[in-house]
Amino acid sequence: MKLLTHNMLTSNIIKGVKNGYPLKISASDVQLIDVDFNPEFITRMIPKINWKVLHEAAQSLGHANDLPAELNAEYEADQEFLKKTHHVLLEVEVQEGDLICPETERKFPISHGIPNMLLKEEEI
Amino acid sequence: MASGRRPEHRAPPEIFYNEDEARKYTSNTRMIEIQEQLSERAIELLALPDHPCFILDIGCGSGLSGESLTNQDHTWIGLDISPSMLEVATEREVEGDLLQSDMGQGIPFRPGTFDGAISVSAVQWLCNADKKYHHPQKRLYKFFSTLYASLARGARAVMQMYPENSEQLELITQQAMKAGFSGGLVIDFPNSTKAKKIFLCLFAGGTTQELPQALGTEDSRQGQISYTDKRERVRQIRNSKAPKKSRQWIMEKKERRRKQGRSCRPDTKFTGRKRPNSF
Repeated sequence: MKLLTHNMLTSNIIKGVKNGYPLKISASDVQLIDVDFNPEFITRMIPKINWKVLHEAAQSLGHANDLPAELNAEYEADQEFLKKTHHVLLEVEVQEGDLICPETERKFPISHGIPNMLLKEEEI
Repeated sequence: MASGRRPEHRAPPEIFYNEDEARKYTSNTRMIEIQEQLSERAIELLALPDHPCFILDIGCGSGLSGESLTNQDHTWIGLDISPSMLEVATEREVEGDLLQSDMGQGIPFRPGTFDGAISVSAVQWLCNADKKYHHPQKRLYKFFSTLYASLARGARAVMQMYPENSEQLELITQQAMKAGFSGGLVIDFPNSTKAKKIFLCLFAGGTTQELPQALGTEDSRQGQISYTDKRERVRQIRNSKAPKKSRQWIMEKKERRRKQGRSCRPDTKFTGRKRPNSF
């Protein structure tokens, strides 16, 4: 699971959960994977991203790599910054671990990089 | 789908798409070709802007449709319920991020996340109640309403599907409209049983958009009821049938094939021309 996916993912499909965001990550295996850098895509995604959540998630995995905690207003021209964001969003992958719902503490296991979001009968 | 019974009747998707079935999506070239064609067409109907977009692929399976998205420089997330299919997708090292989830339980993403959504041959699975607590209508509504929320305003969702009958089709479209979508069906090659493909083309809010044109419907007279007097009809049939192997007969046959989306040679001045009599 990439941090871009984590930034968008919620657990509000569980019955009774209002926000379900952000999900906590407890990772036991994190890998770095090379992905082609596409500055246009990153620039377009930044307004959609919850920066605080991204920064915290990257820090908890130990891959923040001096990513600024606050979003700079003029990020579009800053290639260095876009590259860093690209790295954190798309190249850091959680292979094994759990996603934890902030409201119910329900765990969604991640195995081989794929989070399992299937719910049980009583959770629908 | 040619092998008799429909897969939805055999087992729930997470069981039907087992290792053997999933393997077919890497080894069976015919299946791969059909999936690729369907996803290319679905992406065409999405009418995405020229810049790289963020797309949701519902029922991504082994990631064939995702590969078409990657080829066009888009980034995607794929959902599927079958672990075997997802395993094949990881083996194929697809670019998109994968998630195991049941679309009938809702799309677990923040509002306004995606610039578009596609789905190839998946939505008809929702019409089945595979577990005791499954209500197709409720599951469809949950799916469409959460999908609507996760799309950006003005984004499209294109779903190719194989509904079993008109009731299923109505159930699906009804729930989509109830969830707030506008749009409708685009049916490619409606005159052919084999090449006919049904795409549900949905718009999530924004300005009113026009439905894209379907393929193979150039001169189908829609919304017109032909005059049906029995004697008139008999006369028409008598007059319209050209003698076999005549030029007109050949042209009619080719026209029929074209309507069904099958291949045939272009019409030239040589079409149906008599060969010279060499003794």
